Amino acid sequence: MSAPAGLPPRPAAAAFSPVGPGGSREAAAPAGGAAHCHNGPVQSQMQFPPGYGSHPPNYSAPSGHYSQVPNKAAASHLDHQYRASYYPGYYSAPAQNVMTPSVGSNVLNAQGSQQLYNKTPPHTGGASDGPVQGAISSASYLHMSAQQSYSAFDNHYSTSVSSSVASQGFPLNSDHYAMPVVSGAMYPSVSYPPAAAGSAYGQTFTSQSLPAVGQFKETNAFSSQSTSVPHSLQQHVPAGYNTTLSTISSAQSVQDNLCRNLPGSVAKVNNQIKTGGIDSSQPVHSVSQNVAFTKPGVGTSASSAVVSSVRSPAPSLSSQPSSSPSVTQSPELALQEGMQYGGYVNNQASSAPAPLSSSSDDEEEDEEDEEAALDSSSTTSSASPVLNNYDALEGGGYPDTRSVTSSPVPAPSVPQTSKASKPFGYGYPALQPGYQNATPTTPVQPSNPGHHPGFQHYPQHYPGVNQLSSSLGSLSLQHSQQPESLRPVNLTHDRNILPVSSVPAPVPNLNSDLRKLNCSPDSFRCTLTNIPQTQALLNKAKLPLGLLLHPFRDLTQLPVITSSTIVRCRSCRTYINPFVSFIDQRRWKCNLCYRVNDVPEEFMYNPLTRSYGEPHKRPEVQNSTVEFIASSDYMLRPPQPAVYLFVLDVSHNAVEAGYLTIVCQSLLENLDKLPGDSRTRIGFITFDSTVQFYNLQEGLSQPQMLIVSDIDDIFLPTPDSLLVNLHESKELIKDLLNALPNMFTNTRETHSALGPALQAAFKLMSPTGGRISVFQTQLPSLGAGLLHSREDPNQRSSTKVVQHLGPATDFYKKLALDCSGQQTAVDLFLLSSQYSDLASLACMSKYSAGCIYYYPSFHRTHNPAQAEKLQKDLKRYLTRKIGFEAVMRIRCTKGLSIHTFHGNFFVRSTDLLSLANVNPDAGFAVQMSIEESLTDTSLVCFQTALLYTSSKGERRIRVHTLCLPVVSSLADVYAGADVQAVVCLLANMAVDRSVSSSLADARDALVNAVVDSLAAYMSTASNLQQSMLIAPNSLKLFPLYILALLKQKAFRTGTSTRLDDRVYAMCQMKSQPLVHLMKMIHPNLYRIDKLTDESTIHVNDRVVPQPPLQKLSAEKLTREGAFLMDCGSIFYIWIGKNCDNSFIKDVLGYPNYASVPQKMTQLPEVDALSSERTRSFISWLRDSRPLSPVLQVIKDENPAKTDFFQHLIEDRTEAAFSYYEFLLNIQQQVCK
Amino acid sequence: MAFTFAAFCYMLSLVLCAALIFFAIWHIIAFDELRTDFKSPIDQCNPAHARERLRNIERICFLLRKLVLPEYSIHSLFCIMFLCAQEWLTLGLNVPLLFYHLWRYFRCPADSSELAYDPPAVMNADTLSYCQKEAWCKLAFYLLSFFYYLYCMIYTLVSS
Repeated sequence: MSAPAGLPPRPAAAAFSPVGPGGSREAAAPAGGAAHCHNGPVQSQMQFPPGYGSHPPNYSAPSGHYSQVPNKAAASHLDHQYRASYYPGYYSAPAQNVMTPSVGSNVLNAQGSQQLYNKTPPHTGGASDGPVQGAISSASYLHMSAQQSYSAFDNHYSTSVSSSVASQGFPLNSDHYAMPVVSGAMYPSVSYPPAAAGSAYGQTFTSQSLPAVGQFKETNAFSSQSTSVPHSLQQHVPAGYNTTLSTISSAQSVQDNLCRNLPGSVAKVNNQIKTGGIDSSQPVHSVSQNVAFTKPGVGTSASSAVVSSVRSPAPSLSSQPSSSPSVTQSPELALQEGMQYGGYVNNQASSAPAPLSSSSDDEEEDEEDEEAALDSSSTTSSASPVLNNYDALEGGGYPDTRSVTSSPVPAPSVPQTSKASKPFGYGYPALQPGYQNATPTTPVQPSNPGHHPGFQHYPQHYPGVNQLSSSLGSLSLQHSQQPESLRPVNLTHDRNILPVSSVPAPVPNLNSDLRKLNCSPDSFRCTLTNIPQTQALLNKAKLPLGLLLHPFRDLTQLPVITSSTIVRCRSCRTYINPFVSFIDQRRWKCNLCYRVNDVPEEFMYNPLTRSYGEPHKRPEVQNSTVEFIASSDYMLRPPQPAVYLFVLDVSHNAVEAGYLTIVCQSLLENLDKLPGDSRTRIGFITFDSTVQFYNLQEGLSQPQMLIVSDIDDIFLPTPDSLLVNLHESKELIKDLLNALPNMFTNTRETHSALGPALQAAFKLMSPTGGRISVFQTQLPSLGAGLLHSREDPNQRSSTKVVQHLGPATDFYKKLALDCSGQQTAVDLFLLSSQYSDLASLACMSKYSAGCIYYYPSFHRTHNPAQAEKLQKDLKRYLTRKIGFEAVMRIRCTKGLSIHTFHGNFFVRSTDLLSLANVNPDAGFAVQMSIEESLTDTSLVCFQTALLYTSSKGERRIRVHTLCLPVVSSLADVYAGADVQAVVCLLANMAVDRSVSSSLADARDALVNAVVDSLAAYMSTASNLQQSMLIAPNSLKLFPLYILALLKQKAFRTGTSTRLDDRVYAMCQMKSQPLVHLMKMIHPNLYRIDKLTDESTIHVNDRVVPQPPLQKLSAEKLTREGAFLMDCGSIFYIWIGKNCDNSFIKDVLGYPNYASVPQKMTQLPEVDALSSERTRSFISWLRDSRPLSPVLQVIKDENPAKTDFFQHLIEDRTEAAFSYYEFLLNIQQQVCK
Repeated sequence: MAFTFAAFCYMLSLVLCAALIFFAIWHIIAFDELRTDFKSPIDQCNPAHARERLRNIERICFLLRKLVLPEYSIHSLFCIMFLCAQEWLTLGLNVPLLFYHLWRYFRCPADSSELAYDPPAVMNADTLSYCQKEAWCKLAFYLLSFFYYLYCMIYTLVSS
């Protein structure tokens, strides 16, 4: 994440510096700014990292972009062009058109940019611009000049990339924004091959299978499209490019010119860069160039212009770059970009031939085959596997594909770049080629949006850039601060604070090298990306300090390292990571405890480059997320096999609900996909008032049921044959699963002896450890652990005390601890229609590191939505990765200490979490305090090490390392606040508080968190008027999110909430990763009845529209529209009464509004454009998360509409404030 | 020189105070044991060790829980004795701790059934450090009061 972010700022900075000088010519500014941008990324990294200081310039640069965007919007025909550029498919046909219009468009752009530019400096421009953009985004976003630029970016992004990406830009500086956005784009692209701009490029240029690859490496995409081609790249690549173009359009001649020109000028530039001597700078350069390319891709308008321009104006490139006239430049710029691109490609190609190909291949696989990839890598010998993985990383990096989804984290790309640049100032000559390939791709996109014009300047600036040392660049970056994230926002005034798409994670203010190396925010996030120096400062800021972890996230690319010695610090046992410093060839200094360690002999050899004596180039030191295959030191007993035990409720209630059929069916379907090896074992227990075991021993003709009715003293009838080898007894298991749903159809047994069944399960599992999946449908009523109903339905909407949030008995907690000691996790599926005391039952999962699923009012036929959800959850549950007998340790730099953990686990010693199972959907949070002042260090690091046994019986260690800067001023602390992480951590703390104290306390604490932090902020900013409610830009969403939390099921009062629902929401808050939790707290609302191609991204040959985010307020709902609400685990589609009939007909498949049924959970496949768009948008949203959400169509008179409306948290309800009232309330308290 | 009831109280409390000091020391050791796992890091990651460690934790927590009531009752016995002996100053010194004990004992976390020192809860670094601080403070208090009782005992024996 951090890396991409890092890149963006630089561009801005670069833009700034160039602009500054050129400030006199405003008209020129846009173009110049853009040009600078190109240069900027490169330069900025090097020279002006601080770019922040130079906001205005940055803005101007973006404005240039901005202008382009509007232009596009204005000129309808442009759209075609854009599309053409974006989508390969379109590309061929429209290409010709593009060419002609492109010139015109360029002109338009130039003019537009000028206008915009003028407007922007005053900052008033935003509003006016907004309308221009119109389709692109709601005007609301554009308020600030800075925002304008952002919005422009956003628009680009949103169009080309995923919506989520765009939002990122807001919180940070414009530069930063741009960067993160880009990165975000990158990621999505990776995961969703077509999504990112990069991919678009790749497609446009070459429609080959590269999608994923292309995204990662923009430049690579060109060359890489030519994955097969790669090595000969420099000349070939351009050639290839041209050829593709030529085939596409008739303007071959132009292309030729371009090609020639490009190779000439661009190549020179590139060459300079390469030769420049500064290794770090090179990657940057490449990046910048890439940026230029990407921009076109990203910004639809921009891209189209670029593409077209490139072909025709090619010749101009060489001449213009230096002069960089403002108006005329735009087309030229585009050309230049194109040229650069070509040049860039060449460079990259030359530099990074081999690695690219490997990485690209890996990436392509991305979606489904993580495990496979991992396994394969692991199996290979130490050197080779590392290489593969490593390469993959370089190319695609971390592809956070699935999990990342909405939250765009630039980090993955960063690490790659960092590799190239090196944190420690080492030049890595050998590696660079590979790195360059990797780096250029990602960074490029981000920088592009703002920087199109930059290219012209580029040549001029370039030498200077080269001269700058990377260290200087880093220094400047560090000084740079200030930024957009501190821009005061008047909350009561600015109603539209939501970003266009999702909210990005802030990027730590590190130097570019570190930023690139840093861990992806999806895996590892800190509430404060600038760590305060002392506890006193932290207390002043009134913000919680903590980490949010998603350590076992599905990653498509992960370097796996097999080596006999795992290098760790001798005193604190920290794993070697990218943030350690090498004192010399033989010694390294731990970044957590500062001990100096020896580098072992084996570590001197770098399997990646097959060279000796470069320990700093080892993959462990090049990636902040790595996985080691542990040696036998790490295990005392042989790794356990995968063991799964299913404990099923078969009482009357359960049979009535009909869940057995679904469970058995899902199991049958996924039996072969259960993670495991040849030793995998499986078993079944059913229970009602007795406990039934199933003998599945191989050789039996059919499964044997053994009933134990002595539930007070449960025993195992035949301990050996109840858990059987999955492969040996597969037929018997299948027989059983087929028979099970019908075996109990006539049962009259209403009691449920859950406790005894669990005891039996524990006994069965204790020799091996493994996973117990419990399906329960009612309150346990017999034997140990029986529970009584504690809920008083009349108290459901009480505003006073909510009781019974804690367990009624410690039976389940004790059982969970026993299970945890035996490395057994208990997962609970609660499918009940009435109160089942989840507060007590959940303990069995909470302390054994299991997970909890709850399906209120589950019924297979009466509640198809829940049934479908169960089905989907089960599919994911059964097939997802699993790690057994895991432990997780979180280490942090001396001076910091971790004091509270949140999640499902058992704390074994103060920093060691015991996780019987770990699953990819589990998130954790920790709270930290600063015990010693951090004045003598400028960086702090956190390292999470997760040691687990894979389902294949390998002991593995997954290590994430996060590096953050230390700051000494309060303003910096606020600038680095990560509002989403803060809110998630507060939610976790509030859950604890409501259990240990009371719900009212927890609610007060939440409100106080906002009041205190805003008051503290306002007291630091002396120039602010006290009568207004001001928040720093980084925290502008804070009150909104807190209000959303207060209206969340877990914490709301006054609205009827069933106790189990409330407890379940609390369990989710504790155990969900941030991305998912944020959707739960603050769902995304989109208007989908008028999806256009205005801002679309291209994923897997599908066009995915990117509607802007809407406020969660009924004022946004119109009767004429249809809206989609994305709550993470469920999608609501709300249809207005007067919704366009054609929409209903095309998308829903019904002739009119009245005929739409009440319970509709699927969209029909209608052959219409709007249907296609809607479905592709929804499936795109779905693909971005592990759990496939259920869809529910809601009409106005539907009883389910309360489910929908309860999420409109900005509105007033009988029991709760509207957002505005809430703000006033806060303001009142702040002013007190 | 007379053997008054007050003198008896002080003598008895002297003995019991020694017991309380032992309790406090044991608490400190126990929390230290909970806090740090004395195995080597690699051993810690060993699944087999997990069971052992968990059993250890549960045993310690069980003992801690067992000790709560004796400690509290011994201390309240002091207070009652000093009340009867009309040693107001000594009583006044002990009353704050008495109230603290009462508060600790009766403050049920929400409606969970068990007392303090629930393994998952106590393993929280926050709780653990609080408990440890509490144990140190009590140790100091008991030590000081031990010498105070000694002084008072001699004083009452001599003065009367």
